Amino acid sequence: MEKNAISMRGKHVLGLEYFSPEEIQLVLSTAKEMKTIIHRDIKKVPTLRGKSIVTVFYEPSTRTRTSFETAGKYLGADVVNITAGTSSIVKGESLRDTLLTVEAMGFDAIVMRHKQEGAAEYATKVVNHPVIINAGDGAHAHPSQGLLNLFTLLEHKGHLEGLKVAVLGDILHSRVARSDIWGMRKMGIELHFAGPKTLLPRFLSEEPGIVIHDRIEDAIKDADAIEVLRIQLERQKAGLFPSNREYARIFGINNERLALAKDDVLILHPGPMNKGLEISPYVAYGNHSAIQEQVQNGVAVRMALLTLVLTGGKQA
Amino acid sequence: MKQIIKGGRVIDPANHFDEIADVLIEDGKIAKIAKSIKDKDADEIDAIGKIVTPGLIDMHVHFREPGQEAKEDFRTGGNAAAAGGFTTVASMPNTKPVVDNAALIRSLQERANQVSKVHIELIGALTKGQEGKELAEVGDMALSGAVAFSDDGHYVKSAKMLLNGLDYLRAFDKVIINHDEESSLVEEGMMNEGHRSAMLGVKGRPTVAEDIAVARDIMLAEYADARVHVAHISSANAVDIVRQAKKRGVKVTAEVTPHHLTMTDECVDLRDSDTKVNPPLRSQKDVDAMCAGLKDGTIDMIATDHSPHAEEEKDQEYGLAPSGFPGLETAVGVLITDLVKTGKIEMPLLIEKMTAAPARIFNLKGGSLSVGAPADVTVIDPDLEWTVDESEFYTIGTHSPFAGRELVGRAVLTMVDGKIVMRDGKVID
Repeated sequence: MEKNAISMRGKHVLGLEYFSPEEIQLVLSTAKEMKTIIHRDIKKVPTLRGKSIVTVFYEPSTRTRTSFETAGKYLGADVVNITAGTSSIVKGESLRDTLLTVEAMGFDAIVMRHKQEGAAEYATKVVNHPVIINAGDGAHAHPSQGLLNLFTLLEHKGHLEGLKVAVLGDILHSRVARSDIWGMRKMGIELHFAGPKTLLPRFLSEEPGIVIHDRIEDAIKDADAIEVLRIQLERQKAGLFPSNREYARIFGINNERLALAKDDVLILHPGPMNKGLEISPYVAYGNHSAIQEQVQNGVAVRMALLTLVLTGGKQA
Repeated sequence: MKQIIKGGRVIDPANHFDEIADVLIEDGKIAKIAKSIKDKDADEIDAIGKIVTPGLIDMHVHFREPGQEAKEDFRTGGNAAAAGGFTTVASMPNTKPVVDNAALIRSLQERANQVSKVHIELIGALTKGQEGKELAEVGDMALSGAVAFSDDGHYVKSAKMLLNGLDYLRAFDKVIINHDEESSLVEEGMMNEGHRSAMLGVKGRPTVAEDIAVARDIMLAEYADARVHVAHISSANAVDIVRQAKKRGVKVTAEVTPHHLTMTDECVDLRDSDTKVNPPLRSQKDVDAMCAGLKDGTIDMIATDHSPHAEEEKDQEYGLAPSGFPGLETAVGVLITDLVKTGKIEMPLLIEKMTAAPARIFNLKGGSLSVGAPADVTVIDPDLEWTVDESEFYTIGTHSPFAGRELVGRAVLTMVDGKIVMRDGKVID
């Protein structure tokens, strides 16, 4: 690896609002090298040998937690997982005390997911040694997902500057959408949002560099990529839209709507999907879909992040 | 025992008095105010270069008794009030249990008198348990000394319940103080709904929740020809609704907090719950409207909404921490620094909003330096520079959004019934 002009060693990964375009670029270029490791027969390098990582998840997760764990293990780190249901969290231990406990055990990185916005930022006030990696805090941020979206776009399009990306669906509750806003805009991507008005934050339109559309078709038109966000099913019960049936009809992504985008449009979805609701199975598994690739790229991006914040990127 | 507060600028808005003068205090009462008073037997208190005002009044504090003494109690709260220059405060009834009956009012008043350095008035709950379902025994509480009634902390959801309260309390000449945020619009909200909340992904509490609540209360007060007081007003539109109502002659009054006069939602940092408060810190447009409302009389008075919590409660994830922070010990400094020194409002108006106005609205004994009135007096050094240091707070509460701020202006002496209870920031036992 080349000696990097910038070092991210010791940097907390809280949200892409705290990343410079150069840092994002560094993560993406590092992730490209990391991806080759995933394809090797022996997927183990010594980059993080002797480093220890703990994942602390207060919310359920399949891909993000496994992805971080796998990333750490491929790099030779020791990875331990704590989940809310099987830890002292059920005894009412506070986040502060859980963090102090794992810090005392000597972990170098804490990968955390929490339903409260700002929990990762709060964590940086609590601990001294470990870097905090935000694996999702409420509807605030999911920086590694934002980065893997960028990585996937870059792999397919060859560049990021000037791309038009449509982000569709439940923007209100989506930490992924917010990470896209910070990350994609910094890389020169033009962002278009659409979804039911009840699922769009009221004052988002005040943010520069974002176009909000009333109709989903207008957002999709000539898009280079479409990110379909997951509808959280409990939202319908809260009266935010009338029915799943109506949502699929008016806001769901199917082949017909896909035709409005560019011919080589790329489909992204952070998962887990509600097939037949926000996305039709023909789109999810069709030629344009990069949804499975996103998962693999997620491991590569997380390998890059862990390497950069734990070692600064220099070869061990 | 006689004391003379010498050479200060005496601002007594209730008597339209603003001159350099001496104040003679005898037997715990104001005895005389004149250009120069000489009395060999009197202790002299030098107030040259300082401002002498009626003891400051804060009609909105949470002293947490009974049941939540880990957050604050009458002794610590009373000390915080004295330290901040307040001689009379009114404590809200959202305690455990809720203060919703005369027996509690009487026993709490007795305890407050025993342990507090300042006068503590008690506000009774409007409804039993503050549940909004049945009227509490407000008449009984009024006769036992409750100063006003409020379900503060909760919105009175039922219009009929509020109307009953307004009608019923007319016979007792007591005011209902309302926390105006329409509940269904603020559920789970933890900061102002605006651009900042949209970008943080945090659920918002929109200004319209306050606007429609204030509008409803005003319509009901007008209908019942009764008095209603809007607690901690914070929305520009709500201020305008109050302004229009006052023009029609509706008996509505309103208070604003130091933080809603000076801070916006841009101050929200999710690392620390010190900016979490209900109603939330709003936009600059709203802050400007608070100041304008204060100046033109739409907003009658200032109250701190002093809401201390235990350290372990505030030191949590933003969304889990309770709303509110202490305000008594920072109010004078914040208001002088951000409003008076910046030229936004004049000192006499500020003093009026913290003395004569609350006394008039709630029919309190204090609030003036009239001869014969209880000698509740505050001396303010308007030029004293100091830095807010929570470790010096008398309140149990921490996580003040003003912590670390460099302020100009501070109360340097607090006198209650002629007795000095605070001098140079130190509460005197």
